[in-house]
Amino acid sequence: MLSYIFRRLLMIIPVLIGVSILAFLLIHLIPGNPAVAMLGERATPERVAHLEEALGLDDPLYVQYGRFMGQILQGDFGRSIHSNSSVLWEMGQRFPATIELTIAAMIIAIVVGMGAGIISAVKPYSIFDHFSMGTALVGVSMPIFWLGLMLIYLFGVKLGLLPPSGRLDVTIELETITNIYVLDAIITGNWVALKDALRHLIMPAVALGTIPMAMIARMTRSSMLEVMRQDFVRTARAKGLPEKTIVFKHALKNAFLPVLTVIGLQFGYLLGGAVMTEWIFSWPGIGRWMFMAIGARDFPIVQGGILLIATVFVFVNLIVDVLYSYVDPRIRYD
Amino acid sequence: MKFLHNKTIFTLVILLAFTILVAGCGQETSSSGTNGEGQQSETPSEKVLIWGRGGDSSGLDPANVTDGESAKVTINIYDGLVKYQRDSTEVAPALAVDWETSEDGKTWTFNLREGVKFHDGTDFDADDVVFNFERWMNEDHEYHIGGTFDYWGYMFGGYPGVVESVTAVDQYTVEFKLASPMATFIANVAMFPFGIASPEAVKEHGEDYFKNPVGTGPFKFVEWAPDDKVVLVKNENYWGEQAKLDKLVFRSIPDNSTRLMELQSGTIDIMDGITPDDVETIKNDDNFQLTLRPSMNVGYLAMNTEKEPFDDPKVRKAVNMAINKKEIINAFFAGLAKTAKNPLPPSLWGYNDSIEEYEFDPAQAKALLAEAGFPNGFKTTLWAMPVPRPYFPQPQKIGEAMQANLAEVGIEAEIVSHDWTTYLHKTEQGEHDMAMLGWTGDNGDPDNFLYVLLDKDNAVAPAGNIAFYKNDELHDLLIEAQQEMDQDVRADLYKQAQVIIHEDAPWVPMSHSTPPIASKKTVSGYVPHPTGVEPLDTVDIQ
Repeated sequence: MLSYIFRRLLMIIPVLIGVSILAFLLIHLIPGNPAVAMLGERATPERVAHLEEALGLDDPLYVQYGRFMGQILQGDFGRSIHSNSSVLWEMGQRFPATIELTIAAMIIAIVVGMGAGIISAVKPYSIFDHFSMGTALVGVSMPIFWLGLMLIYLFGVKLGLLPPSGRLDVTIELETITNIYVLDAIITGNWVALKDALRHLIMPAVALGTIPMAMIARMTRSSMLEVMRQDFVRTARAKGLPEKTIVFKHALKNAFLPVLTVIGLQFGYLLGGAVMTEWIFSWPGIGRWMFMAIGARDFPIVQGGILLIATVFVFVNLIVDVLYSYVDPRIRYD
Repeated sequence: MKFLHNKTIFTLVILLAFTILVAGCGQETSSSGTNGEGQQSETPSEKVLIWGRGGDSSGLDPANVTDGESAKVTINIYDGLVKYQRDSTEVAPALAVDWETSEDGKTWTFNLREGVKFHDGTDFDADDVVFNFERWMNEDHEYHIGGTFDYWGYMFGGYPGVVESVTAVDQYTVEFKLASPMATFIANVAMFPFGIASPEAVKEHGEDYFKNPVGTGPFKFVEWAPDDKVVLVKNENYWGEQAKLDKLVFRSIPDNSTRLMELQSGTIDIMDGITPDDVETIKNDDNFQLTLRPSMNVGYLAMNTEKEPFDDPKVRKAVNMAINKKEIINAFFAGLAKTAKNPLPPSLWGYNDSIEEYEFDPAQAKALLAEAGFPNGFKTTLWAMPVPRPYFPQPQKIGEAMQANLAEVGIEAEIVSHDWTTYLHKTEQGEHDMAMLGWTGDNGDPDNFLYVLLDKDNAVAPAGNIAFYKNDELHDLLIEAQQEMDQDVRADLYKQAQVIIHEDAPWVPMSHSTPPIASKKTVSGYVPHPTGVEPLDTVDIQ
């Protein structure tokens, strides 16, 4: 197993090199350049040229790429063209916010999704089944920004129960260690901040979790149905095992593999930063950051950000693959 | 199946109840955002104003930013040598108490205010002014870092540009020597990028100074959570009248609808970036008030005078009469703009109000066209930009409306569009027949509009004067005004300039937009400035 993990880690390197080349090329080949984006109506060729020279944008592409990779290998992700701020530092400020939102969304998605999926599988074609699968369909079809705005309107404005957007009330002080507010509040024992952070987290997590929830529900249901049809389940029932044991201990474990795949993929995808959700809920994560950087052609941010997301995704996939062998001991890596 | 009842359902119900409890409990404590009942970091009567805006600051070092979002924060932290009056672009003392120019207009001497301290406790004097200016203007200054100092190069003509030297004559006197007389020097120095920073802080933080700003202004910097909020507190050692607010928070809320909902739910107190659709909602809500920012921009339709038939002033006048500006403004600006008759917005000194606008008169337009030799009109192109601009919120629709107006008098205009950066590039090269464009003023000086946009010096590709309009008489007036130090004389020269421009009609001046700001009725003392940013020291909240 360890050698397998080691080999997978080694494979990350060529993957990341490929991703970096692709990311670099894509953002540079889009028409428009950051100097013009920054200068707007005041952009004249002289001013643009001056800015480009100062930013090193007038060098040939391969030189720029070489400079970029050289810096990355030294741990320097460069500085934003717009703000001159260290890309690594900016990522460090925003990635924890995305992690927090992603974990919260996935917890909701897994708990509700698997719960609904199991119940639907156990009572197929019942009212509950039709209702939950129908809701899953609606969930997948709904635009997130619409759902988000509706949630904000209902709970934020009309009922006044939850804060409309943001991570934390501006008047609350919280010592940030990891920048994951829920975690920091627990670590520092700041219960007021914890409650407030959770209240800010609920709506965006629900909105973001809708699609994964729907997919997990459907996958759980179909996988469970297939497993429950198998002979060994009939045998177990014949043996007189309690239904709960059959469903949760035997069937679910066997049905879990495809669901784990979906969970892993969704998790990796969400960690890439859910732009729509972060936008609607004013959540300062990396999705929103990268989206703005692409529009402004802020190359270092886009390149560094894509590398980060690719790395995270690769690691998540590796963890999921390793988890497979724990869920199903028949899967072995050597 | 049986196992689903009892325990599972019970657990789910408990979870649901818990969630509702948590949500409900929290509600009492957080909705009192501005009154601070039982909150941690406030004393009971602390006055906090929360401003909701669409973007985030890109930096807190004003010399290295060009965007309004950054400026609206830094203008509270820094003072310049001079500043703008609250409601106009006239210049008033700030860190300098008075100033004088030499006869030839090339030497400017500023007498500085004594007893001023930076937020880090260091004293302010002439050496600090010298440090700041040299940092901006000399590319090899040790602290010419952290950015590209764009506004310096742009307003002063390069690095160092027109400023040859800046010296501390004594502890509270600074002298500038310019390479040539520049009447707009004082207006430039009042601009937000030229706020004076503490040299100690700049040296201490180096490349990271942009997130550790230290100025002399009415508010001090506390914290900046990127893409989330910037927090400032009152400067209790301010040299001027202290701010009424104890704390000022700028929150970034990118979605327009979310931002409005935050205002409606009371979690922010004031917001900008209001869409025309939302203006009605706010107007009809008694809890809020709408303030309009006086305009410092102009949206216009330029006619390329180097291409036929726009080389004929009769044709250009006809186009002016063919377009129904009022209707367009009502339809696409939600009424949040004034019709323009001059390139200058009315808020600028030197605005010529006695100019008579070309009336909307399609019949007269047709007659003029016939006189010019186009009784059946002609075919041409009308360029419209693809992105909303402050001066044209819906450019494609506005372009189409103008196209319809022109069709009425026989002018068939095809709408042409390119992506924004390409659009700018091509119009600068003069590839268009007619093109929509606009301009937001930088320093509140008429020169910043008239010379940049309509002088023959700028009618050469890449042109800022995209009408490629060349008039020698106008040029002489504008150059004279650049070198004349007496503002009243300059104002008169600019009024004459506007008469000439109106006669020649190289443009159809369309609009001066007046962006709205919405705030709770409990907010008072807010005076929006034409430049688009203002310090909030006069603002109060109940």
